[in-house]
Amino acid sequence: MTDEHKQEVVYRHSGAVRVTHWINVVALLVLLMSGLQIFNAHPALYFGSKSNFDDPVMAMRPMKHGEDIFGVTTIAGWNIDTTNLFGLAYSPDGDYEIRGFPWSVTLPGHRNLSAGRRWHFFFAWLFVINGLAYLIYSLASGHLRRDLAPSRRELKHIGPSIWEHLRLKFPQGEEAKRYNVLQKLAYLVVVLVLLPLMLLTGLAMSPGMDAGYPFLLEIFGGRQSARTIHFIAASGIVLFVVVHIVMVLITGVWNNLRSMITGRYAIKLPESRP
Amino acid sequence: MSANAKLDRRGFVARGVAAAGAALLGGCDSDLSEQPWVKRILDSAETLTRAAQRTLVSPMALAREYTEADISKDFKANGSTDVDDDAYRALAANGFADWKLKIGGLVGQPLELSLAELRSMPSRTQITRHDCVEGWSCIGKWTGVALKALLDKAELKSQARQIVFYCADDLGETGDDDGKYYESIGLIDAFHPQTILAYEMNGAPLPIPHGAPLRLRVERQLGYKMAKYVMRIEAVDGIAGIRGGHGGFWEDRGYEWYAGI
Repeated sequence: MTDEHKQEVVYRHSGAVRVTHWINVVALLVLLMSGLQIFNAHPALYFGSKSNFDDPVMAMRPMKHGEDIFGVTTIAGWNIDTTNLFGLAYSPDGDYEIRGFPWSVTLPGHRNLSAGRRWHFFFAWLFVINGLAYLIYSLASGHLRRDLAPSRRELKHIGPSIWEHLRLKFPQGEEAKRYNVLQKLAYLVVVLVLLPLMLLTGLAMSPGMDAGYPFLLEIFGGRQSARTIHFIAASGIVLFVVVHIVMVLITGVWNNLRSMITGRYAIKLPESRP
Repeated sequence: MSANAKLDRRGFVARGVAAAGAALLGGCDSDLSEQPWVKRILDSAETLTRAAQRTLVSPMALAREYTEADISKDFKANGSTDVDDDAYRALAANGFADWKLKIGGLVGQPLELSLAELRSMPSRTQITRHDCVEGWSCIGKWTGVALKALLDKAELKSQARQIVFYCADDLGETGDDDGKYYESIGLIDAFHPQTILAYEMNGAPLPIPHGAPLRLRVERQLGYKMAKYVMRIEAVDGIAGIRGGHGGFWEDRGYEWYAGI
């Protein structure tokens, strides 16, 4: 091999981070898929306290055009033909089925709202307990302050960092021992904004919690708004996960996976290093 | 109380990982969700949810009440929207003048009350949000008599733990009592000030699609708890022996008995 880079193996992820990470992977996957099952029971979103059925912010539904029937996704007044993807799907024999998301991405894989709710609420508890354990650990151990909070100097460097990422140039050596500023910000947004938002909007959909804690309705502008924000925040998490997996793949899949399983992460040292 | 109530965190996490693993391995096995052991594991969350909400929410906390301007123009009627039997049709044809609500079970004084008698009792009017388990919400104005007033009048016995509501609609379409709608609530909700039996909706007699002549309102739970076409109320010391044994039409079909979430 000509690749004679020297390697240094560092201990990157603590046991607590590794365990809570993988529990979170499982919980979020089940929550997403069972959440889409629940969404499919009424595949439309609204703003405010109540559902204005004639004026959804977003909806997946069948629409007739002449003799034909299509699956249409409406977003903010725009109708998009999403036949066979969202709203309505044809089977090979020409029959059609009305549904929001495809059953291939829901849990269970056929229409079953009560089972979807059972999965969702069990894994919501797991997600909350796991998330609290992570947050308490991160605050107590200094993980949040030491590894995730960006310094002022790093924030000033954000422009060049974006440019380096766009050219797929990633830090090496000493620099690679820390998260870079974009990583830090992405993780902080997920951990401190999106995931807590999922929990709070979820609670705001509970009529029981709304009675005890009416501020849940106030902060989101009503139960149907909370449901819409729940959907948007979930979409944000999906977007994060896609980028996260792409970055894992292009920056060394085995090294990254090993670091999240054993904690050990190999860093290439520049050749010029003394 | 079941052993499920005593969930320790490690057990919960372990069971969660086991269930998730099964879900992923199961993949296309669409029956996985209905496996008794999977159901048992997942159902432990319902116990936890109920215990948490009972702890975090005061028994007297009121559901939000809205203004006239908030009332839905198009309040969706879900589930049964009519009752397809001759006895009900005859009652409806006469404006339910011959209908009587029966209250029995663990009470000292069984009652039979006409609509006129219910209307002569003190009433409560509330504009509240109706949250369907499917995800949508509508706002309506309900007028009726507090369930607590009826239970007091019937002299509810101290052994009573749940109140069961038997309805006229055959939502299960079995043609006998097994398919008829029914529901049950515990005493915390039965005595809650917003728990009423409504005979008016939006200032008019309760329309048939919304459960005429009488429907239950349990404002801190989901819509399926709010039985329509209520014919008979029974105070019981347990729901296990009634029909499917889970305390309601939808509960017998897999939905949670505690529908505060």
